[in-house]
Amino acid sequence: MGVRIQNEDFDVGGEIARLRAANPKVGAVAAFVGVVRDINEGDSVSGMSLEHYPGMTERSIGTIIDEAKARWRIMDALVIHRVGELRPTDQIVLVIVSSAHRGDAFAACEFLMDYLKTRAPFWKKERVAEGHRWVQARASDEEAAQRWDRIQR
Amino acid sequence: MKIRLLYFARFREAFGCAEEEIDLPTHVHVVGDLTHWLRNRGGAYAIELAEGRAYRVAVDQEMAAAQTRLHENAEVAVFPPVTGG
Repeated sequence: MGVRIQNEDFDVGGEIARLRAANPKVGAVAAFVGVVRDINEGDSVSGMSLEHYPGMTERSIGTIIDEAKARWRIMDALVIHRVGELRPTDQIVLVIVSSAHRGDAFAACEFLMDYLKTRAPFWKKERVAEGHRWVQARASDEEAAQRWDRIQR
Repeated sequence: MKIRLLYFARFREAFGCAEEEIDLPTHVHVVGDLTHWLRNRGGAYAIELAEGRAYRVAVDQEMAAAQTRLHENAEVAVFPPVTGG
């Protein structure tokens, strides 16, 4: 299990290979990559800066991973989230989950992303034609996270 | 009671401050008392922490609710809803 907050880019293939190499019982790996888009709320975006709350970020994602472990049969999980200056097409976030079978890996991966979006202390400020603006939280992200509260496991 | 207050993102800019040490008045016991007290500073505090505005408070790096108790030397962070991922 791991959480990494970093400025540098990450290598998805390398991270997946490392995560599953140690365990021959892994039968499924699900991965999600979040990427910077060049448009938001109808406006052209030329870049963004991401800030976080060092300490709480690692801790909150660790708690989310523990919760995923309690809900599904997963073997390992890794979350990498970038901070600092990013441009459209850059990778922002990586979530990898390994398990024996695909169902647990798919579900836990989506759960981790939904919870991360509403619980982990990151904030995006994007660069648009008029200057810089803080990205507003979306109600749909909160709904996506709450959906898991209704699923009994 | 002395606490360390941290502000992030839009709040840090609006309040013109990233961090402050405060000696709280004796009537401030829980998070809700603190946000009420901060609101009474007026200006950007009154606007950002107004009733009905969305904001989050963490105590010792855990998400807190209005009833969460404060304690001596607590690390309290006030910030807008998160937008990572």
